[in-house]
Amino acid sequence: MIAALQSAILQIIIILAFSPLISGIIKKAKAFFQIRKGPSIFQPYYDIAKLFRKDSVVSQNVSWIFHAAPIISFAAVMTAGLLIPIYITSLPLGFAGDLIAVVYLFALARFFTALASLDAGSSFGGMGGSREMFVAAMVEPALMLSIFAVALNVGSTNLSYISQTLSGMGMDALSPYQILAFVALFIIAIAETGRIPVDNPSTHLELTMIHEAMILEYSGKQLAIVELGAMAKQLLIFSLIANIFFPWGIASAGSGISALVLALLVYMLKIVIIGLAMAAVETSTAKWRLFRLPDLLSISLMFSFLALVSFIIVKGG
Amino acid sequence: MSVDYLFFGIIAFYLIGAVSAVILNKKDAICAYTSFISAAIAALLGIIFSISVIFGDTFSYNLSGGSYLKFGFFVDRLSAFFILVISICVFAVSIYSTGYVREYFGKKNIGYLGFLYNIFIISMILVASADNAIMFLIVWELMSVVSYFLVVYEHEKPETRKAGFIYIVMTHIGTGFIMLSFLIFVGTSGSYSFGTFAEAGKTMTPLLKDLAFIFALIGFGTKAGIVPMHIWLPYAHPEAPSNVSALMSGVMIKIAIFMLIRVFFDFLGATQAWWGYVVLTLGTISAILGILYAVVESDIKRMLAFSSIENIGIILIGIGASMIFFASGKPVLASIAAIAALYHLLNHSIFKGLLFMGAGSILYSTHTKNIEELGGLIKKMPKSAMLILIGVLSICALPPFSGFVSEWLTFQSLLLGFNLNETFPMIILFISAAVLALTGALAAYCFLKFFGIGFLALPRSKHAEHAKEANTPMLIGMGIFASLSVLLGILPFYVLPVLERIAASFTGNLESFTFANFATFAIPSSMISLSTPIILALVFIFMLILSLILFLINRKKQPVYETWGCGQPVSTSRNEYTATAFSKPVQMWFKNLYRPARETEVTYSTSLYLKESFKFESKIEQVIERYLYEPVVGFVITRSRKLLVIRTGSIHTYLGYIFGTLVILFMFVIAGGSS
Repeated sequence: MIAALQSAILQIIIILAFSPLISGIIKKAKAFFQIRKGPSIFQPYYDIAKLFRKDSVVSQNVSWIFHAAPIISFAAVMTAGLLIPIYITSLPLGFAGDLIAVVYLFALARFFTALASLDAGSSFGGMGGSREMFVAAMVEPALMLSIFAVALNVGSTNLSYISQTLSGMGMDALSPYQILAFVALFIIAIAETGRIPVDNPSTHLELTMIHEAMILEYSGKQLAIVELGAMAKQLLIFSLIANIFFPWGIASAGSGISALVLALLVYMLKIVIIGLAMAAVETSTAKWRLFRLPDLLSISLMFSFLALVSFIIVKGG
Repeated sequence: MSVDYLFFGIIAFYLIGAVSAVILNKKDAICAYTSFISAAIAALLGIIFSISVIFGDTFSYNLSGGSYLKFGFFVDRLSAFFILVISICVFAVSIYSTGYVREYFGKKNIGYLGFLYNIFIISMILVASADNAIMFLIVWELMSVVSYFLVVYEHEKPETRKAGFIYIVMTHIGTGFIMLSFLIFVGTSGSYSFGTFAEAGKTMTPLLKDLAFIFALIGFGTKAGIVPMHIWLPYAHPEAPSNVSALMSGVMIKIAIFMLIRVFFDFLGATQAWWGYVVLTLGTISAILGILYAVVESDIKRMLAFSSIENIGIILIGIGASMIFFASGKPVLASIAAIAALYHLLNHSIFKGLLFMGAGSILYSTHTKNIEELGGLIKKMPKSAMLILIGVLSICALPPFSGFVSEWLTFQSLLLGFNLNETFPMIILFISAAVLALTGALAAYCFLKFFGIGFLALPRSKHAEHAKEANTPMLIGMGIFASLSVLLGILPFYVLPVLERIAASFTGNLESFTFANFATFAIPSSMISLSTPIILALVFIFMLILSLILFLINRKKQPVYETWGCGQPVSTSRNEYTATAFSKPVQMWFKNLYRPARETEVTYSTSLYLKESFKFESKIEQVIERYLYEPVVGFVITRSRKLLVIRTGSIHTYLGYIFGTLVILFMFVIAGGSS
């Protein structure tokens, strides 16, 4: 019981400690690709620390939803964080929910953020909320099909079990359906983390924003929580990709302390590589018009569907 | 024996409610209390009765022993489950009604409403417990006609009369197909008793079985609101008084699902896999089309009606998957899928009842059901807003509320399709899962719009500005449903064993799930498990910790300022995002389906640069109504014009027609009897 609690708290600490760093690394990498110097990779920590020291200015129109939304969203993301394997496959609370539950916990977080966007009565908030839900709706079918493709491969949607089984397979884990599902999920990750070509995280023009427009009314401590939640969600989505498609090196229950440290380092390396890939994609494409996004997400849908079909072909229908 | 008394006690209390409504109709308040409280008591008895049947023996009672007309009641676990659903809904809705009908005091006849309301519920209970086809058709027709009168209760509005007309026509087309389906069974078994239908289902030729399947699907599907037979639903449900809408969407359409399960599994044995494919496909189409039309709708009650079509679709996806598994000889999987469908059916009855009652509360205090005219209601009616938010979270399938558990189960049962080891069913199940995922996301979109535009920010009209909190009985009624929505979400551990018993009555498999510590349930041999209480506890713990931190570091009063508007003062409701704008991206995405038409009208004052007024109108097309029904209706009308020649206006000619028809039928019977 104590060991389980320790392991859960440790997992939360790792997520919270590591997620601003990965945002910083992506920003730095983007700056490098664009031949700029860029801010320090620790800048997100400074930003959050500063926001926590500032007052929150609140619109006069808002209700309790506006105050509760950041807390609920953050709690939902953290709960998902306890269901996703990070550097070790054994999760003390892994039985409480599977991959589909994780998707719905993210949906809960998104729902409250979008609800809060409408609370202040500004057009920008409504625009952001509407677009966020639109992108989420386009992502969902491809997401579910790629989840199915992965789940079929191991016969379960339990995340610990998926990572455990796949890491035990060695190089056999790189099957055609896994690769196709990976491409689909990578496109989804771009959309879910609000990156170019779907959304521009560093835009300063309200009309082109999606996520930033939604949280336009937040400031100070509340904004710090919203930003930290978004970074944690990004880290968790990267962790999903890392541990579903590249599970090698993950520790399992009963590993010694040195194996755990090694697994943690391997995990960080994997996340940094995914972050660098994200930065490369962001630099090499331009932001797409909102109504061209269905094309991009159809590509993702096609890949996930092909993953399923190839599974059926390879494993024999 | 005591169960007999209980059953007739239920009927008696509804009858008391109906009769007292008629007798006391001069005194509005007393009339409302007696008729609705009596219905609530009957509903409580109904809950006890159905639970005792689910955990005890089948109830059957023979009313008359005549050799031609046999009337009797038969309640097994499946029908007891539906009586349970009816009773739970009626209990909460009746309490709500005592408050809601105050709106009609002095304007409308309360006795008439109370009478119809009670008779409507009796007819639904009798439909679920009839044991032969003749009696079934009589009570089915009673249910349709009484619900028609309820739909046109506010008949002074022309759109209500139109809705009632579409409803009564469609429901009779449905009843016609049900008759055809039953006649096929009767033709084989030679008896109208449902007890003999199962035997007949085994001996029929495959062609007759397929016909019986198709006719039953069309007939009951019309009542359930399956696309493309759904067109009456978005007209009829919104026009009825809100407490009746709650019952129609919550319960009446579910009765049709009950009969579909009865016919497909009990009578026909669910032997053909392609029946399952048809049901699954229709369910998938209903789900996606229902929610697509709901997203762009601005009328709250119409939006809820479209969302009922969507949820019926989700239920049918479960039933279709169950039929596919059952026909492939996988009863364990069949019962998991059936449990998913039954769970969603129960959840939908409750959260949709809650949302229709919520829509009623909005209508009651603002006199409008147009989202564009609402806004800011969370401050004017905070308690109702809280309860409606619970309904919204449940219908969006967000954890740990009730809709989440049943949608999770539906996804899992589709995923379990990989056990079939056949390409075609696997592909069709997985595509259905992808569409269901899209449906779920659009449902969140739709209800976010409803709550966000309707309840948050500033009031958009005088109606919303003067809104006041709903009265106590209304809040109690909604409160019951809201707490049930939460409980069904966090206690699947207790609900699933009950549903296992019910699904076992038609799939034959009793143990579908395994249960473990920490309120966890798991699907055997797949490592898949879920524990919503743990999820809820975790979310709560994180919320507590975070609130505590914020409280500790945030001692000062928060500064309050205007909403950011690029430096312009924008704190008026005119600058808010509208519902139409909010759902515009979906309208653009699916413009081939909606075929939107827009009209703009600008008037200028002195120059072209000074606009005086700007009018914008946008509407979308109901594709199925336009391209499937309108041609048929047009054809029927032009042809029947030609028949006008036989209409002479003289009663003698008409008597002649009747006599002629009788003679021809008589000859037909004699000729048929000799062969």
